[in-house]
Amino acid sequence: MPRTLDHPPQAPALRARRRPRVPYALLAPAVLLLLAALAYPVGWQLFTSLHQFGLAQQFGASAEFVGLGNYARLVTDPGLWSVVLRSLAFCLVNAVVTMAIGVLLALLMKAVPRAVALVLQVSLLLAWAMPVVAAMTVWRWLFDYRRGVVNHLLTQLGFDFVGHSWLEQPLSFFFVATVVIVWMSVPFVAFSVYAGLTQVPDEVLEAAQIDGANARQRFTGIILPMVRPVLALVLLLQVIWDLRVFAQIKLLQDAGGVPSETNLLGTYIYQVGVGSGDFGAASAVSVFVLALTITLSWPYVRTLLREEGP
Amino acid sequence: MTTIPGAPTRPATVAPSPASTTRAPRRGRRRPPARLLVRGALSVLALATAAVWAFPVYWMLISSLLPNVRLTSGSPVFWPTRASLDNFTAVLEGGTFLPALRMSLAVTFLTVGAAIVLAFLAALAVSRYRFRGRRSFVFTVLIVQMLPAEGLFIAQYKLLGSAQLLNSVIGISVLYAAAVVPFTIWMLRGFVAGVPVELEEAAMVDGLSRTQAFLRITLPLLAPGLIASGVYAFLQAWNEFTLALVVLPAESAKTLPVWLRGFVQASASREVDWGQVMAASTLLALPVIGFFLLVQGRMTSGLVSGAVKG
Repeated sequence: MPRTLDHPPQAPALRARRRPRVPYALLAPAVLLLLAALAYPVGWQLFTSLHQFGLAQQFGASAEFVGLGNYARLVTDPGLWSVVLRSLAFCLVNAVVTMAIGVLLALLMKAVPRAVALVLQVSLLLAWAMPVVAAMTVWRWLFDYRRGVVNHLLTQLGFDFVGHSWLEQPLSFFFVATVVIVWMSVPFVAFSVYAGLTQVPDEVLEAAQIDGANARQRFTGIILPMVRPVLALVLLLQVIWDLRVFAQIKLLQDAGGVPSETNLLGTYIYQVGVGSGDFGAASAVSVFVLALTITLSWPYVRTLLREEGP
Repeated sequence: MTTIPGAPTRPATVAPSPASTTRAPRRGRRRPPARLLVRGALSVLALATAAVWAFPVYWMLISSLLPNVRLTSGSPVFWPTRASLDNFTAVLEGGTFLPALRMSLAVTFLTVGAAIVLAFLAALAVSRYRFRGRRSFVFTVLIVQMLPAEGLFIAQYKLLGSAQLLNSVIGISVLYAAAVVPFTIWMLRGFVAGVPVELEEAAMVDGLSRTQAFLRITLPLLAPGLIASGVYAFLQAWNEFTLALVVLPAESAKTLPVWLRGFVQASASREVDWGQVMAASTLLALPVIGFFLLVQGRMTSGLVSGAVKG
């Protein structure tokens, strides 16, 4: 429906005055669901993070209130800090690499003939559509230490990768994780930036070209400012997603990674909470992750709200 | 004509300036080939990238068609001669796939249904009515999307546990619906706003009741939006792994992603049967890839136009 009329603001306002209860009735089911399934858990998380859970609580004893004890315990725990730093570093590397490759591919899609661009788009779509567990299973097979095609190809190229195990060492474990995550995330970035690029009017670029602006100048002077909102949004989403990556790390740990050396925040919460039943400590880390995410996304939420109006 | 001193000139991308008649033929011969060369090189680069990106999906497919003996002896098979569907038969006959498929279908069906109905009602309220609290609701919807699942799963596990809903279709569907409802509200809100109220009002002037006008005029125009948000909910519910792993601990209540993880682990107890594992991954991925190819354009363009307009 391309025709969008600017409907006068009086009409809905009038209706709202006449039947003020209708919108609330329409909202009620969604609000109830969000309260039950999200707001209550957030509250529980906050409450639990102030209590001490141990073996006794697994047998029904009520948890003891310890104030900020769990947080204090975590802050002084060098194990947690290494997990936090590892998560931040992993998140930054992945987000930056994903953005760089995604933007380059978007520019490439614009620069090549249509048919070629279509081939590239279809193969990116395939990667984007893969369910994460299926994708992880395939990559595990590609990096398999005995029969994996990666080891085979590297050996063919003259390196000795016969029987090389990628997941044993934390550094190469995270290298594999980065390869998989970048593979899965680049399509979203590439398509979003590409869609942003197609909104840059060709006439403006041509005019700039006639005025003597070279490719680099056209990029930094015209294209970049126009796609900046898209870039900012996509980067933010990448940072948020990469910060809380769980499935990929968990599944790679299944495949032979050493959990204590490869935990990120998500798998750490899982290990502390589900694994050891220390709900207090797990909740404290969860609250930390929640706070971190909200802090990061705040600027974006504020921009969106500003346009929303009253 | 503005020239920027020190800026590198790139003849291949600068448009030919109107040249003097004597030099025109030479330029005419020289420039297009240079530009063609660049375009050709970029095309090759794009096709190579496409091949690399699609390779894991290709590898999954051909590995699923080959017996394990051929996958694990000798060098990798890059082209499936003597392909067969034996791996798929073996997976289906293993007896665990169909229960997981049933579980996934039930969970997905409930999630999609609930998400569409609730989000549609809420979207109507937000885009057709002005009322007190509208702004805070939109604000909440935005914030909720930023909540990291990995920061909440312990609380949601305890929540379902206390409601006796662990391992149940209802329990996990409620959590999934709550997770997708914010984004589907966001998506549908744009579609609802795109249908002018005047159309409905005109139909009412022509003698239809409010309900009839809504069903005959507005609903058909909203169909694409409802379908797009339904597919979004489908993809989320079908692919979700983390929550399912935590709140469906029972062997009998696994959704397909959790089942696939278990299948790989069971298979890995001695030597992984990669043929069967790849067949299992293909069974999980194919419906998603199909649905995804249908709707991704709408989803990306919706997101990007929101960001650009903002």
